[in-house]
Amino acid sequence: MKPHDFLQLGIFLGALLALTSLLGSFMARVFTGERHLLTKPLGWLERLIYRGSGVDADKGMSWRGYAGAVLAFNVLGCALLVLIQMTQAWLPLNPAALPNVPLDLAVNTAVSFMTNTNWQAYSGESTMSYFTQMAGLAVHNFTSAATGIAVALALTRGLAGKHGSTIGNFWADITRSTLYVLMPLSILFAVVLVGQGVVQNFREYDKAELLVPYKTQVAKLDAAGLPVKDAQGNAVTEEQTVTEQIIPQGPAASQIAIKQLGTNGGGFFGVNAAHPFENPTPLANFLTILAIFVIPSSLVNMYGRLVGDRRQGWSIWAAMAALFLVGLAVMWWAEVQPNPVTGLTASMEGKETRFGVFNSVLFATATTDASCGAVNSMHDSFSPLGGLVTIVNMMLGEVIFGGVGAGLYGILLFVLLTVFIAGLMVGRTPEYLGKKIEAREIKWAVVGLLAPCACILVGTAIAVSCAAGTATINNTGPHGFSEILYAFTSAAANNGSAFAGIGVNNPFYNYGLSIVMFLGRFAVIIPALAIAGSMAVKKVSPPSTGTFPTTGATFTFLLIAVILIVGGLNFFPALSLGPIIEHFLMLSGRSF
Amino acid sequence: MKTILQSIRALLVFTLLTGALYPLIVTLIGRTAFADKANGSLIMADGKTVGSTLLAQKTDSPRYFWPRPSAADYATVASGASNKGPTSADLVKSIAERRAKFGADAPAEMLTASGSGLDPHISPAAAQQQIARVAAERKLPAGKIAALVAAHTEGPQWGIFGETRVNVLSLNLALDAAQ
Repeated sequence: MKPHDFLQLGIFLGALLALTSLLGSFMARVFTGERHLLTKPLGWLERLIYRGSGVDADKGMSWRGYAGAVLAFNVLGCALLVLIQMTQAWLPLNPAALPNVPLDLAVNTAVSFMTNTNWQAYSGESTMSYFTQMAGLAVHNFTSAATGIAVALALTRGLAGKHGSTIGNFWADITRSTLYVLMPLSILFAVVLVGQGVVQNFREYDKAELLVPYKTQVAKLDAAGLPVKDAQGNAVTEEQTVTEQIIPQGPAASQIAIKQLGTNGGGFFGVNAAHPFENPTPLANFLTILAIFVIPSSLVNMYGRLVGDRRQGWSIWAAMAALFLVGLAVMWWAEVQPNPVTGLTASMEGKETRFGVFNSVLFATATTDASCGAVNSMHDSFSPLGGLVTIVNMMLGEVIFGGVGAGLYGILLFVLLTVFIAGLMVGRTPEYLGKKIEAREIKWAVVGLLAPCACILVGTAIAVSCAAGTATINNTGPHGFSEILYAFTSAAANNGSAFAGIGVNNPFYNYGLSIVMFLGRFAVIIPALAIAGSMAVKKVSPPSTGTFPTTGATFTFLLIAVILIVGGLNFFPALSLGPIIEHFLMLSGRSF
Repeated sequence: MKTILQSIRALLVFTLLTGALYPLIVTLIGRTAFADKANGSLIMADGKTVGSTLLAQKTDSPRYFWPRPSAADYATVASGASNKGPTSADLVKSIAERRAKFGADAPAEMLTASGSGLDPHISPAAAQQQIARVAAERKLPAGKIAALVAAHTEGPQWGIFGETRVNVLSLNLALDAAQ
């Protein structure tokens, strides 16, 4: 904890605040259809997209119509992505001659990218062709983020709208999100990343002559290319001198820019943002972390503007910022404590020299808060309490800024629950923004909040009680349990990061986590849209003395309490079996 | 049905826009403005590629500075980390082996594997600790090696971001050039 680290944190918070207001006001103009900076240069393209898609973007949709469009667009996109992966060997832009992706991995990856999770059971450089990365995966980085923004906008209109039963037009929302927000920011950011050293090309993998050739043992192959076995059936190895290093290439910068800005998180390379080609310098790293938070944070600001009272946005933002800072502080402290088992303080296992402990911790906090899931260090090797914070951040429902759009609609479910509980406490009908909250909305909100919790706990329980679930863990003892718990938490929260030691490229995890990711996404989106629909038609009544104010410190405090109680009470037993007990065993010097 | 047709058309439009146009724009600007960096910061010598400044190479020879340990043995396809947890007996064993190899005074990051397995940097302390060995192997004065290390030490970027570090491959190439 050097003064230098606090300086970086200060600059990070300052930059985030400045961008939040700036981008928040820009997005408010974009999504209300007002003229803005990009109307003139790009307006024609917006109209062209509508014509190309054959949609009437001015027509308001009912919540059912909106939900139907969300599902059709996403599920068809998912199917197309499965198809691209399973035929990539025959498609262009595959200089490394990578084979077609097998079905279970293709389905998992497609669901993962459609749901903004970007869980990766593969290493990009050895599995996905440039075509798949670019025309398949990156497209979903955009569309899943745009879908998130669209749902958040629909819910905002439902809560604050005064125009009857429609909640906006899905096609207009995703088009404007992509064209005016995601793409311009991504182009800007990607070019800066290239300037820092992130690769962006369509070259074949290069070969470099090693400075010091070395000898290694490799499996001996016979003339047919099959491994040779000795009399006992063991593989025979032979000595080989390695003189070359393969240097992977590809259109990485364009993909990395959107995977950060869209809180997708799926790396171009297997080790994600720890890879020097994805995240080459400390400046690139700083901007990469900022990119995770900038849109989710700005959307909250935009929300305040759209509901006509900016304080509504800031009181939610304050709750998010407080939870972020507490998590950061705990993880930072935990990562610089001595570990009696390894005898090291401030473990650098799984961390990169150029980032050190602080920039690894800041990244890990942001990526698990915001359902991004990119990593610049290996969470699996964090201290028990540091790892605990990453899991808890996700368990709280990805509402600490949260995924692009998903963070806003997610925390609005918590806001409704908070208002409802406050109403019960004082014995009045709860209202939010002048509209009454009734049983129907609370039922939907509870479905949206509890569905991911159920996925995490039921999924983990099934995995730990069957052989397929425990066969591929990388660590034994409580840490092995944490790997499984992390996997289901990450999938249900649509985060995508992992305690990556666990082997998940097998049918059990590929299909199991696909189901969890799908439910974790759409079992929240459908309730959010249903609430939007039922709130949209309600009359707005002026606030009275009995109205519970949803701005100010009391509300922010109550909101934080509700988030922590739902998260804490649901998961405390599971966490005790994993990171918490591991912490105490570590202190007593036990290893596994 | 209408929604399904619209979805298919919209998917094609979005694929063209974000899957083709967008990466092409970035490639065009990126390669025009930063040609070397867009292509992987390759280091050329005598017309041959000898590495990338951003990727560590496996280096066992005592005549050179050693990079940080790599759980994937410096593989680039695919890169990898150990993912061993804080109470892992395997990790304890690896640390003991590295301590035996690098010396009891090796700093913590030389005892632990990096996140990418390709970490191109070591800390100034880790470089200092190797100066005596490299100087002895090359029969060069330690002061000369120390000067090379100092010349290859980068402070935090813009004086603010990240850690102070030494690029191992660049340093090793400079060692050979100085011989």
